[in-house]
Amino acid sequence: MTNKIIIAGYGGQGVMLLGKIIAEAAMLEKKFVTWLPAYGAEVRGGTANCMVIVSDEEIGSPLITEADTLIIFNEPSFVRFKNQVKAKGIILVNGSLAGDTSQAKAAIEKIPFTDTAFKLGSIKVANMVALGAFVAKTGLVRDKTVLEVIEATVPKDKPELLRQNIAALKEGMGLVKQPGKIEVL
Amino acid sequence: MTGNEAIAEAAIRAGCGFYAGYPITPQNELTAYMAKNMPENNRVFIQAESELAAINMVFGASAAGVRAMTSSSSPGISLKQEGISYLAGAELPAVIVNIMRGGPGLGNIAPSQSDYFQATKGGGHGDYHSIVLSPSSVEEAYGLMFDAFDLADKYRNPVMILGDGMLGQMMEPLSLKPGKVIHYPKPWALIGCQGRPANIIRSLLLKDGALEELNLKLQKKYKAAQEKEQRWEEQFTDDAEIIVVAYGGMARIIKSVIRQFRQKNKKVGLIRPISLWPFPVKAFAKQTRKKVKYLVVEMSYGQMVEDVKLAVNCSRPVEFFGRAGGAIPAEGEIIAAIKKLEK
Repeated sequence: MTNKIIIAGYGGQGVMLLGKIIAEAAMLEKKFVTWLPAYGAEVRGGTANCMVIVSDEEIGSPLITEADTLIIFNEPSFVRFKNQVKAKGIILVNGSLAGDTSQAKAAIEKIPFTDTAFKLGSIKVANMVALGAFVAKTGLVRDKTVLEVIEATVPKDKPELLRQNIAALKEGMGLVKQPGKIEVL
Repeated sequence: MTGNEAIAEAAIRAGCGFYAGYPITPQNELTAYMAKNMPENNRVFIQAESELAAINMVFGASAAGVRAMTSSSSPGISLKQEGISYLAGAELPAVIVNIMRGGPGLGNIAPSQSDYFQATKGGGHGDYHSIVLSPSSVEEAYGLMFDAFDLADKYRNPVMILGDGMLGQMMEPLSLKPGKVIHYPKPWALIGCQGRPANIIRSLLLKDGALEELNLKLQKKYKAAQEKEQRWEEQFTDDAEIIVVAYGGMARIIKSVIRQFRQKNKKVGLIRPISLWPFPVKAFAKQTRKKVKYLVVEMSYGQMVEDVKLAVNCSRPVEFFGRAGGAIPAEGEIIAAIKKLEK
């Protein structure tokens, strides 16, 4: 099985890190993975995206033309990638900032990544809310493995930051209305 | 690890003692990794004031017998050409990494393969070749760096790693296996001549016949490399009626495409040159079946295709598809190009 994920949003929303955590968790679960960033002059406030592929077999192209899963953080990213998803795919979208998503090509689930993070005390953990939603929605990687990666990623001398990130992850998992195992190929 | 970081880590493990470079996207992670890790390993890292300075510092370090390297991306590599020609002329080992971006000119920072001619046909002035290796994955980039330093010392010749922005930027899992590191004696190195005649390293040879003599020596070396150092990967070539030829990042996209054809029992295969110079002509000589057609796909408007045509000596049809300027041939376009050949 191969799962192709495009993650896009504003620079500074943690798009790249979110992709890396998914990739690293999948790697720990012995999957083949690639992580490809858009590496243009991305700056905070500009747009950023990365492409993550998780597979049981060797991965050819790390580029994604049609994704199984889109994780979208803002309106411009939705406009840009809305057609790059399979009909049977999933779109996880930031309800706080996505604007009009009526043109979605695949099943869409709106989750307020940003508002939820804000309520938890830090807008910066919006990506972890999204990660939680992704884990619950797709079951592509286990939450246990994701926790392991987050613990390894957050600096040891910042326990409060770790607590916030984990809280956001769990909150995100709880916000998914139809959790499930991914079935698309 | 990203491809850039894997290359840097491999260089350190291969015993690179000197790195000089000047920042340029999309290879900056390589320079950054060296900036942090070379001093920690008691090696020398210098952020040079320019690409010219960097390549000439590499010349100096190499002349002193140290494993030396530099890295850059297309426009920066153009600036280094004089130095690379001098390295070849002075028969000095060095490793040069080019993480290619779109050109010509300052171009853009997207992945590209437009520097194939420059890398494989010399690049600077004079009758010389760099040995050119092209990795297609992060793991292979790591492994080829050991080979690059080895070949540089073995042939006393510059070796280029030709990657593209996609390979440099992407992350893949990598196991940091220890690579083979052979220590070559360097009696020619300039390390102080007390008690022996002085060594001289130069590329200016004005004496009657001296330069021809050097050139003949170089040609002999290149011939040996052509015989011994051809590297390539094949997929499904045993029964393939269409063989796609692609290298580096492009070959990965081709692998995805070929998998789709094979699922439908279509006889499509792949030859992926790993050594771009010497070009793996042996891979093509093996294809004696009459029916084979070739499709060369590049992130350029047709550079390696010339070497493929030479390799098959016009005995088989060789078609081309490519896009450049930072555009990457899409799977759909490649599938269409293959289907055109099926007819």
